[in-house]
Amino acid sequence: MSTRRVSPILSGVHFMNGDEAIAEGAIAAGCRFFAAYPITPQSEIAERLSWRLPRVGGMFIQMEDEIAAITAILGASWAGMKAMTATSGPGFSLMMENLGLAVMTETPCVIVDVQRGAPSTGLPTLVAQGEMMQARWGSHGHYEIVALCPASPQEAFDLTVKAFALSERFRVPVLIMTDEVVGHMYERVEIPSAVPEAARRKPKVPPEEFLPYKPDPDLVPPMACAGEGYRVHVTGLTHDERGYPDMSPEAHDRLVRRLVDKVRLFPHEYTFFEEVQLEDAEIAVVSYGISARVSLGGIELARKAGIRAGLFRLITAWPFPDEAVFRVAQRVKGIVVVELNLGQMSREVERAVRGRVPVHGVFHAGGRIHTPEEVFQGIEEVHRQCR
Amino acid sequence: MPVKELRAPPEFVSGVRHPLERWLRTERFPHIWCSGCGLGTSLSALLFSFDQLGWDPDSVAVVSGIGCTGRVAGYLKLDTYHTTHGRAIPFATGLKLAKPDLHVVVFSGDGDLFAIGGNHFIHAARRNMDIAVICVNNFNYGMTGGQLGPTTPVGARTTTSPFGNFEHPFNLVHLAASAGATYVARWTTLDGRRLEKAFVEALSHKGFTFVEVLSPCPTNYGRRNRLGEGLDELRYYQEHMVIRHGADPKDADIMPGNPFLVGKFVDIEKPTYLELYAEKARELGGE
Repeated sequence: MSTRRVSPILSGVHFMNGDEAIAEGAIAAGCRFFAAYPITPQSEIAERLSWRLPRVGGMFIQMEDEIAAITAILGASWAGMKAMTATSGPGFSLMMENLGLAVMTETPCVIVDVQRGAPSTGLPTLVAQGEMMQARWGSHGHYEIVALCPASPQEAFDLTVKAFALSERFRVPVLIMTDEVVGHMYERVEIPSAVPEAARRKPKVPPEEFLPYKPDPDLVPPMACAGEGYRVHVTGLTHDERGYPDMSPEAHDRLVRRLVDKVRLFPHEYTFFEEVQLEDAEIAVVSYGISARVSLGGIELARKAGIRAGLFRLITAWPFPDEAVFRVAQRVKGIVVVELNLGQMSREVERAVRGRVPVHGVFHAGGRIHTPEEVFQGIEEVHRQCR
Repeated sequence: MPVKELRAPPEFVSGVRHPLERWLRTERFPHIWCSGCGLGTSLSALLFSFDQLGWDPDSVAVVSGIGCTGRVAGYLKLDTYHTTHGRAIPFATGLKLAKPDLHVVVFSGDGDLFAIGGNHFIHAARRNMDIAVICVNNFNYGMTGGQLGPTTPVGARTTTSPFGNFEHPFNLVHLAASAGATYVARWTTLDGRRLEKAFVEALSHKGFTFVEVLSPCPTNYGRRNRLGEGLDELRYYQEHMVIRHGADPKDADIMPGNPFLVGKFVDIEKPTYLELYAEKARELGGE
């Protein structure tokens, strides 16, 4: 063993793209297991981690497909490691079944989706935001996950660190829903020398008293990993507090409700958003990821044209911040939703504003980001409707 | 059907536990398997092999997929993982790589490991991933009602090959050997002791090891193919199996009515994934 141990964290100021920042965020957060399958525009994450992880005592493996990649990280998580996978649209679709296994078995893990043009093979090298609803509803059944949307490489780093903390706190998969432009955009990224350790919740009782799915008062059960002497059974079947299959409707309803409530009841812990020039705004632009950054240009144009517009940027996409969006609707006359799909998060915005103000979508299916002019036109349109 | 004489049940001795009970979640019994199924024999052979190996139970993890065999994990008093259909091997890969001290065993069925999970099997074998894979092959999908599987012999009737199977089945021994497995054996549930020995060898051999266990499924496969009860299927094995250690894996095809090979086909050494990874990491100054 080397005597001059250097910190695995690449602290300092760097010029790197969003994909690389995600890789570094994972290492800083203590992630030591990464499994993935090559896909554009995610590959820079895998490439960087294949180079970094073996040097910091971590494990990198390129699996045979994305199904194997997500399943391997679940295995690694049950062996006690912080684990991550990363992919793009087609691979994200392949991961959906085992996203559900992660939810059902309450396995902490982080899944990155660098979104590109879709459906199908679509536009492999070009931007889109078409998997926002899939992130929420893509696996079968009713469940709750956390999804975060970075708008810059710096935020990609910061949110990846946060994603690991949230996945341990709630024992849920946390998704980083980024996009090709943020993934490939080079910017200044400042990496701290240390980040707070996201500890796993461990059993507080000896093995003979331990019930692996008996939750703490906050509905999250402590987790006993392989080899720790607790000998737990983990199954994707509906199970009781012992972790044993229970095929009764009562057990199923109880379990699914807890899986949803353990996240839903604590919005203050994961709801992040940013407001820009909203104080005096009559029109609010609601957006996320790269589209939110473009929207700032549209807002500037609107302000020059005498329309007081502001930005509400979703950093947490899921669970959707209903209350925060409703509060925005109470303050403005109209809302514009800017996104690189033909209306996904806009439906959530419409639901959250409860008909209080008109909601207008500025949509593009992807392949390029919006222009500030397109956003401005959307703002003008809603402004006209509201007069 | 003639009424058969029932054997008296084994005498229950109060206060005496079966020596294998320490490996089992006895509170979960009775199990879900049908009478005449080979899974009980396969499971007890596994438990006997654990006893022989003398491993600390806390150092063993068993991973399974979905199906009748997939339920094995749930009866073992170990760290056990009942994953999604076909994905036991990648889950086991994650467990093993993240905790190399753990003995990781995959115990699953033919449909799970070789139809939906076939890709994972060949790649884990290619990498010489440090896991043991045990496949209980009952020639059909038992749990879902007896459908055609990747090992269903030609001509066999299943609920989705009602006119007889015309697909070419896999020869699992040949598949495992050619994909890179460093230990390959096949036995039937008639051979409890040989099975136990094969499990001991497969579990203690480093790298990717594979044991195929031919097993009766009287409820679904046996009934539709007029093979009689579980015992009759074992009798069939007794009459048709040919023990030939070191035989060429490509000769291990199984055809109805024909003799078939059992034994140890492959037993070689080559560097495992973990050994090669550790070597690379050391060169890089990692741990």
